[in-house]
Amino acid sequence: MDKKEKRTELKVSAIENGTVIDHIPSHMLFRVIKILGLDNTDNMILFGTNLESKKYGNKGIIKVSNKYFESEEINKIALVAPTASLIEIKDFKVTNKKNVKIPGDIIKIVKCFNPNCITNHQNITTKFKVIQQKPELKLRCYYCEKTTAKDNMVFL
Amino acid sequence: MLVGVVFFVFLINFINAIDRMKNRSLISINDYTTEEYLRILDTAEDFEANPRQSLLNGYVIASLFFEPSTRTRLSFESAISQLGGKIVGFSSSASSSVQKGESLKDTILTVNNYCDLIVMRHPLEGSARYASEVADVPIINAGDGSNQHPTQCLLDLYSIRKTQGKLDNLNVAFVGDLKYGRTVHSLAIALSGFNTTYHLVSPVELKLPSAVKHYIKEKDLTYHQYTDLEEALPHVDIVYMTRIQRERFSDPMEYERVKNSYVLTRNLLKDVKQNLKVLHPLPRVNEISEDVDDTPQAYYFTQALNGVYVRMALLTTILGIK
Repeated sequence: MDKKEKRTELKVSAIENGTVIDHIPSHMLFRVIKILGLDNTDNMILFGTNLESKKYGNKGIIKVSNKYFESEEINKIALVAPTASLIEIKDFKVTNKKNVKIPGDIIKIVKCFNPNCITNHQNITTKFKVIQQKPELKLRCYYCEKTTAKDNMVFL
Repeated sequence: MLVGVVFFVFLINFINAIDRMKNRSLISINDYTTEEYLRILDTAEDFEANPRQSLLNGYVIASLFFEPSTRTRLSFESAISQLGGKIVGFSSSASSSVQKGESLKDTILTVNNYCDLIVMRHPLEGSARYASEVADVPIINAGDGSNQHPTQCLLDLYSIRKTQGKLDNLNVAFVGDLKYGRTVHSLAIALSGFNTTYHLVSPVELKLPSAVKHYIKEKDLTYHQYTDLEEALPHVDIVYMTRIQRERFSDPMEYERVKNSYVLTRNLLKDVKQNLKVLHPLPRVNEISEDVDDTPQAYYFTQALNGVYVRMALLTTILGIK
């Protein structure tokens, strides 16, 4: 992290214990908050967006007090924020750093692209298997078996 | 001693295979292994030899057809009746509570209480998989939109094996709408386990999708593409015909131009292999001319009959009777 980025981060106060989720694409900040259920928690949350980032131009950042995420939980944000990185803090010190990884199954985050899929007509939680990550992310619907590619993804 | 051990291991594997299929829904062609398909085909052969058995006495099967069907519904119901089972259900959404706005979940949870197994056709893709999550009883998918129709695929395999004496190393032509036809997709995928050589005959607009070709390429199998039916016919053992629908074409002129190129006539069958058989999932419109019906190659109506035996085999296997 260079000096300028460090100064940027300080615009959002430091936390004593908890997790910093950094390098979130600015326009996805509120979606990340929703996916992780942070809009409905008692933990102290600090966030900032449209902050300068040398690497990505701009970024969002979230600091969650007294909360550490399991990989399975945090990987849910990989579809909307693949560049996100996690920093775990204990007593104001960095104790661990992690990157997010796209999980094998995507549950409840994306809408099926197939208009004739049952999940688009009845109250059913969507489920997908990741069938390809590169060059383009592709998901196969667990129900209708049709493929939804990255360009067609609509987030719920 | 060794023979005894080998027989014992075979017996245990056989019993395990039966157990694995018992109470398991059949939703997609990918749900069963090749060995499991072959077991169903063998059981269907037994039923063909002796169809009137009272194996489903005391069983109630729900037949839920949320959209109309002739062959699939009637052949399931005929299979159930011939085996002594009782049928409850409906043949269109209009005659069920769906008309009143009932959700699929509620319909399935209700019907679930009245039967041992549900056979279901629904216009929405993925509906059968969802029903299998909700229901306590097994579901047989009798078609979910344009997605899957696994019992059709099984009866196609049965018909191919019956007419050719084998499933391996055959030359199979798929003709017509290879892009949207779900029966083509399922059968093409299922045949990839049998070293098939594919002859794909279609207009450019209706070529086999790459997602299905993926299965062919994955197994390193050979496929040839044609736009002319006549060119493919001399090479093949099976011709699997499908209907080309006008609404699939963005340009109606293009439909008019190609529609007659994919019509099978008696004349075209002059110089074909002796063992060639013509299959069609039906209904046909005009893609097989009626003068083909009384040729030795026409097999499509017997193919529809085979559906009864295959469905008998599936019902009794899933209910753990056979």
